[in-house]
Amino acid sequence: MTLKKLKYTNTDNTGREKEEVILIKDLTKSYDTGKVKVEALKGINLKINNGEMVAITGPSGSGKSTLMNLIGCLDTATSGSYQLRQEEVSVLNREKLAEIRNRRIGFIFQSFNLLPQITSYENVEMPLLFGGVAKRKRRERVHELLERVGLADRMEHKPTELSGGQMQRVAIARALAMEPDIILADEPTGNLDTSSGGDIMNLFHELWEQGHTVLVITHDPALARRTPRQVEIRDGLVTMDSEK
Amino acid sequence: MYKPRPGLVLHLFLSSSRVQKKRAFLTVASIAWGTLALLLLLAFGEGLKISISTASHGMGSNLAVLWPGTTSLTWQGLPAGRPIQPRIEDVALLRERIPNLVDVSGEIHQWNTVTRGDITTSERIKGVTHGFGEIRNHIPAPGGRFLNPMDEQLRRRVAFLGNKIAEKIFGKVNPLGQQFFIDKVPYTVIGVMMPKVSMGNYNGMDEDQIAIPITTFKAQFGNEKLGNLVVKPEQPEQMETVLKELNNVLGSRYGYNPEDKRVFGTWNTVETFKVTRNMLTGIQIFLGIIGALTLVIGGVGVANIMYAVVKERTKEIGIKMAMGARREWITGPIVLEGLVYTLIGGAAGVLMAVAVIFILDRIPTGDNEALNLLGKPTLSLSIGLISAAVLGLIGITAGYFPARRAASINPAETLHYE
Repeated sequence: MTLKKLKYTNTDNTGREKEEVILIKDLTKSYDTGKVKVEALKGINLKINNGEMVAITGPSGSGKSTLMNLIGCLDTATSGSYQLRQEEVSVLNREKLAEIRNRRIGFIFQSFNLLPQITSYENVEMPLLFGGVAKRKRRERVHELLERVGLADRMEHKPTELSGGQMQRVAIARALAMEPDIILADEPTGNLDTSSGGDIMNLFHELWEQGHTVLVITHDPALARRTPRQVEIRDGLVTMDSEK
Repeated sequence: MYKPRPGLVLHLFLSSSRVQKKRAFLTVASIAWGTLALLLLLAFGEGLKISISTASHGMGSNLAVLWPGTTSLTWQGLPAGRPIQPRIEDVALLRERIPNLVDVSGEIHQWNTVTRGDITTSERIKGVTHGFGEIRNHIPAPGGRFLNPMDEQLRRRVAFLGNKIAEKIFGKVNPLGQQFFIDKVPYTVIGVMMPKVSMGNYNGMDEDQIAIPITTFKAQFGNEKLGNLVVKPEQPEQMETVLKELNNVLGSRYGYNPEDKRVFGTWNTVETFKVTRNMLTGIQIFLGIIGALTLVIGGVGVANIMYAVVKERTKEIGIKMAMGARREWITGPIVLEGLVYTLIGGAAGVLMAVAVIFILDRIPTGDNEALNLLGKPTLSLSIGLISAAVLGLIGITAGYFPARRAASINPAETLHYE
C-alpha cells in the first residue's frame, strides 16, 4: 500500500480529484434526561474527502456512536454544522433526512440488522424500493450486488439460514444498493469470528480501492490499524487524527 | 416533488405483516362480536320502527279525528257552553267547501243487537259516509268491497264487517253475500276488512265493528248527529289550514268562534305520528350507540394488538427508517393491518348478523301482539352504511395511534444494540 504517498496528493487512490464528502464544524450533541444534561459531543471538527477510508475509534462512552448517528442522519445535532457534499444537513426535516439516508448513506451494523422474515434478495432490494427504482432495474442491481459480495447462490435464503459473515455480506450489498456517498460501518466485525471478520475487512478494503468512501467505527485498535486514517474520539472531542 | 406511493405501502404491508393466529383470531372475534351487536341492535330498532309506523298507520295516515264538544267562548251575542253537534249533511258541505282534501267522513256509533241463526250478540254499529273506508284504511279482503256512494244514496242495507266480528258471526262460513240482522233488520255483507295491525284507535277496534251506510243508519235509528268527523288533507302539512277551514265553515253554520278550541276535541295524527317517529329515531340512536360502544371495545382490542406489533417490530421499523423509509411508509402498513383485522372481523359479524336475522325471520310469532309489534329485525341500506362507517372509523383509529407510536421510534436507539 502506498498510503503515505496518497496522503499528500490532490487525487484519491483511484485518481479522482479530492473532494470533501463530510465537513463537520463545532458539532455538539447533548442529551437532556431531565435530571442531568449529558454532553455526548462537545465540539467535533472533522473533514473527510471522497475515496477515504477512515476508522473512528474510541472507548465506549466516548461519543463515537453519537457521531455515527449524526453522520448517518439518524439524529440531529444540538449545535454546529454538518455538510454532506456541501449540503447543510443539520437544518433538514425528517423526510429530507430519510431521503438522504436512502440515497447518500449505506449503513452496516454490528448486529447486521437484516429483516429476518424476508430473503437476502428482498433485504438488498429494500433501499431500492424506497428510492423508487423500477422493478427491472432493481432486479439487475440486486443480482449484481449479491454476486459482488459472493452470495449469488444465497438470494432466496432468509437471514436465519445464513452464517454471520454471510449476513454481513448481505448487509454490505444492501448498503451499496443506492450507490451512497459514504459507507458507514458500526463495529462491522464485532459479532463475527476472526476469520469472517478478516474477510469482511478485506471486502471494505476492496470497496475503498474501488473508490468508495468508507467510515468504520470501532473500539478495536487492531481493526483501526488496518485503515489508512484513524480518528480517535474521547469525551466527545477528537483527540487524535492520523491525517493531521 | 414527492408523490404518495400506495403501491409501496401495500407491498410493505404484505411483506411485514405476520399473523399470530391465536392473537389475530381473538382480535377478529371481538370485532365480529361488536359488529354483530351493533347490527342486531340497529336491525331490531329498524324492525320496531317499521312495525310501529305500520301499526300507527293502521288507522289511516295523516288524518285528524274530531269529537264534538261545547263552546268555551261567547260569539256574536251567544253564550259559552253551548253544545255543537254537526249533522250528516254537513259532510257534503265540508267536502265542497274545504280545498286540498282527500276526503272528510262522518261517523255515528251505536250498540245494537246482531243476530244470525243461533248467534245473538251486542255489537258496535257505525254509520259512516262512503269515503271512510279509504281514509280510515278499511281494506276489503278479496271478493268484497267497502260501502260506495250508491249504497249511501239508496240507503241500502249492506254492511262491511271487521275481520274479527265476521269470524264471530259467521265462523268458517264465507260472509260475503250472506245475511244477518241488526236489530231485526236484515243486512247483506258486501265486504270484510283485511286483518291489520293498528295501534291508534278510538271508539274500539275496527276489527270488532260493523260499518253500514250513514243514511241507512239514520233511516233505521233516527240519529243524524255525528259522533265523529274524520278529515284527511292531501298533504300532511296542509292539516292546519284544513282544520282552520273546517272551523270556519261549521262556525258560521252553527254560530261559534272558529278560534274556539273547545268546540271540537281534535286528534291530529300528523302531530302524534311525528312524536312517535322522533321517539323511535331516538330509540334507534340509543341502540346504535350501545352497539357502537360494544364495537369500540373490539377496536380497543385491535389497537392493543397493533401496539404489540409495533413493539415487536421496533427494530424492523428502525432498520426501514435507516434505509430511508418515509414516515407514511412506516405508518401506512400498520394502519392498513389494523384496518384489515377490523374489516375481516366486521365481515364475519355481518355474516353472523344476517344468519341470526334469517333465523329470527323464520320463527313464527303467531297471534302474539307484543312479538308482532316488536317486529322482525330488519337490515337496511342505512344500517349497512352506518355500520361500515363505524367499522372503518374504528379500524383506522385503532391502527392510527399505534402507527403514530411507530413513527416516533428513534432509529438511532434501536439499531446499535442487540
